[in-house]
Amino acid sequence: MIEKYQEVCSIIRQEEIGTDIYSMWLSTENIAKVAVPGQFVSVYSNDGSRILPRPISICEVKDDKTAIKIVYRVVGKGTDEFCKLKSGAKLRILGPIGNGYTLRKEKALLVAGGIGVPPMVELAKQLKALGVEDIAAVVGYRDELFLKETLEKYCKVYVATEDGSCGTKGNVIDAIKQEGLECKVIYSCGPMPMLKAISAYAEEKGIEAQISLEERMACGIGACLGCITKTKKKDSHSNVNNARICVDGPVFDSKEVDFS
Amino acid sequence: MNTKVNIAGVELKNPVMTASGTFGSGMEFSEFTDLNKLGAVVTKGVANVPWEGNPTPRIAETYGGMLNAIGLQNPGIELFVKRDLPFLEKYDTKVVVNVCGHSENDYIEVVERLADEKVDLLEINISCPNVKEGGIAFGQNEKSVESITAAIKKVAKQPVIMKLSPNVTDITVMAKAAEAGGADAISLINTLTGMKIDVERQRFALANKTGGMSGPAVKPVAVRMVYQASNAVKIPVIGMGGISCAEDAIEFILAGATAVSVGTANFINPSVTSDIVDGIEDYMERHNVEDINSLIGLVK
Repeated sequence: MIEKYQEVCSIIRQEEIGTDIYSMWLSTENIAKVAVPGQFVSVYSNDGSRILPRPISICEVKDDKTAIKIVYRVVGKGTDEFCKLKSGAKLRILGPIGNGYTLRKEKALLVAGGIGVPPMVELAKQLKALGVEDIAAVVGYRDELFLKETLEKYCKVYVATEDGSCGTKGNVIDAIKQEGLECKVIYSCGPMPMLKAISAYAEEKGIEAQISLEERMACGIGACLGCITKTKKKDSHSNVNNARICVDGPVFDSKEVDFS
Repeated sequence: MNTKVNIAGVELKNPVMTASGTFGSGMEFSEFTDLNKLGAVVTKGVANVPWEGNPTPRIAETYGGMLNAIGLQNPGIELFVKRDLPFLEKYDTKVVVNVCGHSENDYIEVVERLADEKVDLLEINISCPNVKEGGIAFGQNEKSVESITAAIKKVAKQPVIMKLSPNVTDITVMAKAAEAGGADAISLINTLTGMKIDVERQRFALANKTGGMSGPAVKPVAVRMVYQASNAVKIPVIGMGGISCAEDAIEFILAGATAVSVGTANFINPSVTSDIVDGIEDYMERHNVEDINSLIGLVK
């Protein structure tokens, strides 16, 4: 079992890095020490009317392992509450949760869409630290870009935008094809249709794709069975073709996931 | 100070149990709360064969509560007996196995399979609002409540708790029917059937359209039903519905519950159950209560 900690964290600083996109650094005692790329944290609301934690991916871990950065989009009242918090405010966090990506010493392509981009930052950083020389990222946005420059510190970044305002006009697959990008392993996070397309692309090319899924969650620790994904093979824990995204994932080998 | 309570001859070290479906079999929570501190662990419902459950989304938050439509996904009794019961055996707590089924025979198969296992109590789920056959269908008609209770009692080796649905006109009718069928105890409330519509996307929040509502928002309904049911029957009542702190637990006991189950609060704070155990002792000290049993049904 992966170690998880429940902590009351202080917000070091928070800034809006795009429309409704916020970047928040939180000081942690233990979470930052053990977090790996692709894991997430459960962030609890300070308002009792919102009882469930919000699962938010870890974007970066501070080098001295005393803080984590989360980047999230304001999509409802919970995230709206978080975005108004100032430096010094407290948030209860549980994490790190999930398996994270399995880092390979192979030519890597990081493919992310929208609010799936944040976990790619720590992933690119750690792949580089592992000595992977050939790392590229393809990031897709509706229109507005965020975290592109942060990612560029660690790898070459290609952009796709739906409106064509930057990079390839279209989606991430269009960009991969247009740029003629090749790799041994794809690491991906983003909306379900994108992940489905990535899985098909990886299968066609005969390469590995690790995809990070999301779903509505309640407990965030594997007990409630709220956040399942369909799997092709019978899962050993559930004894049916369902795996828990929170603890068995969120990262799955694309070949394991049943998209039908 | 005595915190022990007795449910059908089974002594619990304190009245704090977990609500079925919110705690798995305790494994995931053992990282955050000491299972040895609990009066009992009530496992997630288990059927004779594995169940896939409902499509996602299965979860939606509501004001002060939530909806779930898991659909009783479970690994089936064989894996449960092989994996989950040995895990629970390591702890000094009572084990209550929640049993679900689509038909009377499904329930009986599970109850018979558990006859020689280390299980202290059985809780029979006749109140799940999220499955098409079985579940709530058994719990909304007094005749079927009585007959399924009697059928299970005939084969059960452990005392039987019937878990009742709040989605009925008169809870006392169902409580009395369970008692008439021979139930050793009743537990209530299961979730309230609810619905949420995402107005931006203009579609249901849950794939199942409806779900079971739980959490702090349902507590007054649950307290009222526990009060009514405990005054209608002689068998012990296990109260649950929105319990998030020791004072909530005490409220149910004062209303007539012999023990309480903590459910959705486990999602809000995975170590809440042991906090509630400690909080009950603090309350007893503050109010000079020697024996927790003196609080049961104290408010008339």
